[in-house]
Amino acid sequence: MSIVMNDQPTEPGIVLTEEQKRRRRARSIAIALALGAFVLLVYLVTIVKLGPNVLNRPL
Amino acid sequence: MSLTGETAELTPALRAEVAYAEPSMAGVGDYLALMKPRVMSLVVFTALVGLVVAPGHLHPMLGFTALLCIAVGAGAAGALNMWYDADIDSVMARTRGRPIPAGHVLPGEALAFGVTLAAFSVVTLGLLVSWLAAALLAFTIFFYVVIYTMWLKRSTPQNIVIGGAAGAFPPMIGWAAATGGIGVESILLFLIIFFWTPPHFWALSLCRADEYARAGVPMLPVVAGVGETRRQILLYSVLVAPIGALPWALGYAGLVYGLVAMAGGALLVALAWRLRLAPAGRAAEPAAKHLFAFSILYLFVLFAALLIDQGLGGAFGRVFA
Repeated sequence: MSIVMNDQPTEPGIVLTEEQKRRRRARSIAIALALGAFVLLVYLVTIVKLGPNVLNRPL
Repeated sequence: MSLTGETAELTPALRAEVAYAEPSMAGVGDYLALMKPRVMSLVVFTALVGLVVAPGHLHPMLGFTALLCIAVGAGAAGALNMWYDADIDSVMARTRGRPIPAGHVLPGEALAFGVTLAAFSVVTLGLLVSWLAAALLAFTIFFYVVIYTMWLKRSTPQNIVIGGAAGAFPPMIGWAAATGGIGVESILLFLIIFFWTPPHFWALSLCRADEYARAGVPMLPVVAGVGETRRQILLYSVLVAPIGALPWALGYAGLVYGLVAMAGGALLVALAWRLRLAPAGRAAEPAAKHLFAFSILYLFVLFAALLIDQGLGGAFGRVFA
């Protein structure tokens, strides 16, 4: 018995419209900005909590 | 799936499953709308007051972080409320344009958004500021979503009385973030918002009674009638007026706050009394709308007075310092 494998999809699947692509991009940018802001927040709070001790390390 | 002759009809549950496979059309603005920004602004303001009037010193960066977490937590609760209440929202004119009933955001997207923000806000507040404040924030979100939205709202006319606790917690969270504890003063701030909520919300519901009835929500005007609602609005207004003045009466706030609280409380009772005496029917709507609008101003001015009082060196925060 031989099985014929075909890697090419027979149907195009879900094709996003230009508007859907635009909105997805806007959502992606918003998530990236939120994550960036979160990283900055954690960094700043760490500095605030450590205070002068941030310099207290073996040289 | 039910089969009728040669046509196949999807059940609502399956239709929702299929909808998840559709590409999302949600914009960034839709997700912001899910967070109920207007409610969030009042939450942030009352939390800020709780944070500022608390004794001790909190670094501004940590204060900002606490407020940000409270704001995001409130937004998460709003998103989860919209996810669960989408059926009610779709039949009420006031809420028909919200992202889910308008078809901009899928219910599953709102649920994922709300759960993610809730988890992030609570854990971040705990790790960076205070675990007590984080626990209170988690309880507030739970109370608003599960106790109020899922249970009380659809089952009892006392829904907004008990559910009002969720809106009353933010100043207590702010206080806990600053002090790491819960003081008598923060409980007073809680009580002010708790007793303020019924006259505020029932004044609005008087103007929307027919919509609540159509949506099957047992709001007080729907279940007990307009007359009883007006009576209870007056009752709670008479209660909140002296409670609003308690921080001054107990020596936690200065005279500026005391005068504002007494004048505002007297006006609130006067407007509630006017609504009580208003003729039946649509003619009473202006009185209800006036009371609703003033109630927002009353709470804002009351808490702003606490901030001013603090700036003037009022007793609030120094008593237990």
